[in-house]
Amino acid sequence: MSALNILHVDKTFGNTQVLKDISLAIESGEFLILVGPSGCGKSTLMNAIAGLEPVTSGDIQIGGEDVTWRTPAERDIAMVFQSYALYPSMNVRQNIAFGLEMRKMPKAQREEAVARVADLLQITPLLDRKPSQLSGGQRQRVAMGRALAREPQIYLFDEPLSNLDAKLRVEMRTEIKKLHQRLGTTIVYVTHDQIEAMTLADRIAVMRDGEILQLGTPDEVYNDPVDMFVAGFMGSPSMNFIPVTLVSRDDGYVLRVLDEQDPTGAPLELPWPPAREAQALHEWVGERLILGVRPEHFVEDETRMETSFDGTRLDVMATVVEPTGADILLQATLSGTEVTMRLGPKSQVAAGERVALRVDMSRAVLFETTNQRRVA
Amino acid sequence: MSQTDSPLPRSRAKAARHSLSGSLERMLPRLVIAPSLAVALFFVYGYMLWTFVLSLTDSGMLPQYDFIGFAQYARLFANERWNVAATNLVVFGGLFIILCLFLGLMLAILLDQRIRQEGALRTIYLYPMALSLIVTGVVWRWILNPGLGVESLVRSWGFEDFTFDWLVNPDMAIYALVMAAVWQASGFVMALFLAGLRSIDDNLFKAAALDGASLPKVYWRIVIPCLRPVVFSAVMILAHIAIKSFDLVMALTGGGPGYATDLPATFMYTYTFTRGEIGLGSASAIMMLCGVLAILVPYLYSELRGNKHG
Ligand SMILES: Nc1ncnc2c1ncn2[C@@H]1O[C@H](COP(=O)(O)OP(=O)(O)OP(=O)(O)O)[C@@H](O)[C@H]1O
Ligand SMILES: [Mg+2]
Repeated sequence: MSALNILHVDKTFGNTQVLKDISLAIESGEFLILVGPSGCGKSTLMNAIAGLEPVTSGDIQIGGEDVTWRTPAERDIAMVFQSYALYPSMNVRQNIAFGLEMRKMPKAQREEAVARVADLLQITPLLDRKPSQLSGGQRQRVAMGRALAREPQIYLFDEPLSNLDAKLRVEMRTEIKKLHQRLGTTIVYVTHDQIEAMTLADRIAVMRDGEILQLGTPDEVYNDPVDMFVAGFMGSPSMNFIPVTLVSRDDGYVLRVLDEQDPTGAPLELPWPPAREAQALHEWVGERLILGVRPEHFVEDETRMETSFDGTRLDVMATVVEPTGADILLQATLSGTEVTMRLGPKSQVAAGERVALRVDMSRAVLFETTNQRRVA
Repeated sequence: MSQTDSPLPRSRAKAARHSLSGSLERMLPRLVIAPSLAVALFFVYGYMLWTFVLSLTDSGMLPQYDFIGFAQYARLFANERWNVAATNLVVFGGLFIILCLFLGLMLAILLDQRIRQEGALRTIYLYPMALSLIVTGVVWRWILNPGLGVESLVRSWGFEDFTFDWLVNPDMAIYALVMAAVWQASGFVMALFLAGLRSIDDNLFKAAALDGASLPKVYWRIVIPCLRPVVFSAVMILAHIAIKSFDLVMALTGGGPGYATDLPATFMYTYTFTRGEIGLGSASAIMMLCGVLAILVPYLYSELRGNKHG
């Protein structure tokens, strides 16, 4: 039985439709992440689940019960806000206990619950402080403690880590992951952070303009995107999109990379792996398509001398080299298109040099140009 | 254009600094400020000092300088009318502050519910503050006048026994003052509270709703405690309005019936200017100054300390 079931939910503010026929089912104990560009309706969907905004149409079920018209208090949900929303006049202990008090839990039990979450989140020494006396990370912990104390059926996190600095964000991310694994809670989580989405989620829902474009495991969303938007949105640096024409040859399909600047030169041709000969591909022969290649699917060709390698050899001119520490991001022009490649940290490439690369075509994806849907 | 122009005057000013016009230029702000500063020092602090000096003298109709120590203060505290005025101030000030805070907060909370026509309502509530206290006093004097206002209206509807004579009843007249003053100031307090409410994170309401708190509980437990600084400033402002209340009393009751609604300000006026007791009047004025300072000094202290932190 699903913990949360959203059925055909629409939400309009005045004349603008912010949520369009959203349907989602979340299993108990699942960690679902909502991602999408700013203004696509993620917070609105969270508010609808929490009951803070009434939906225009559709149903919301929690634990099999229809809660569409119940108040937030009756839904057994806890939410962690980006701004933490701690009650400023109460100390940490009172903040955590407030929800329990409102639910008329006896004082002894309340104190027990506070002690339990304080221990879990290691905030016991902070219990008598006011929120204004806490650091960002500590406030974040208290906000989570307030949610955890009630032991609700579902937790909603709306960009909980975006106010923290990079290092703390990574720490808290790990902590949230540990908590989830330990407590087996059901979580819906909004984030802008690619890595947060990839590392935390059991499933990711990618939203745009009030619609869910793709719902799947992080691996599916990353490696098997349904369209160009999802492909470009997930991953950082984002996927390279290279305009190509599909050409059929005797020995299989070839992608001819178009070069607008230099139409007379010999075009670069990338063979499409025969193993991936999709049924649908033949109807696109001669058409313009978009080839999507992730930066890490380029590899520097150190094995130039060997005759066999699983990839297609390329020769490009490096324009910008950005070492990130863990690896090197290389900008290069590939037949008139700027592409970003992720090379190993040992790479000796310098800007202005020619580099020999291989591209792993077995992981590349193809999109059509009109609706930007996935072709293969 | 302006970017290339701007360095010019500055460098010119630099070059001119050594010349006569340059030093004039530097002195000019001080020269301009100086007269008004001198005038302010003289007329505010100078007269305060003079009042204090007078309060130590035996002055009657005209100032004179036979010093008699603090005898005027002793007379003041033995004066029945001063005691009435001081008691009135406590009653009037206390009720005025409490009612203004309560009404202002209620109005602000109601307006904060994102109702329609909020702008218009806000203006209506604030409007009394734009009136001078004299006008307020006159209007309320008509409204409360038994022969003209509410009492005669209700009687004309057939309720012959209805009495609403606060204005002429010595025990109730002070409450008539409170009513008029509250009517005037609560809109202003509402504006203060509304600004405070607007600065509260919306998510606090959401978090509290999820925690299961009802709206009154949300306000009582979470929002109102956040407004403590606003309450503090409002009390400061209202307290000093209360202490300085003069025009409202003059317009509404004239201190009457008898001297039932005298406040220290009207007491001071009466003794100093109409009864020829400048010494006693000055002593009462100094007592009022002490009252204002007792409120203002802690306020300024906390304000300045707050600024240092901020
Ligand atoms: N109360 C409201 N009235 C009218 N429009 C609203 C209201 N709340 C949100 N919207 C609109 O709904 C759309 C979605 O808003 P929402 O806050 O859900 O975006 P979001 O995906 O959470 O964005 P972000 O990532 O920036 O937080 C926006 O275009 C916004 O302007
Ligand atoms: Mg949002």
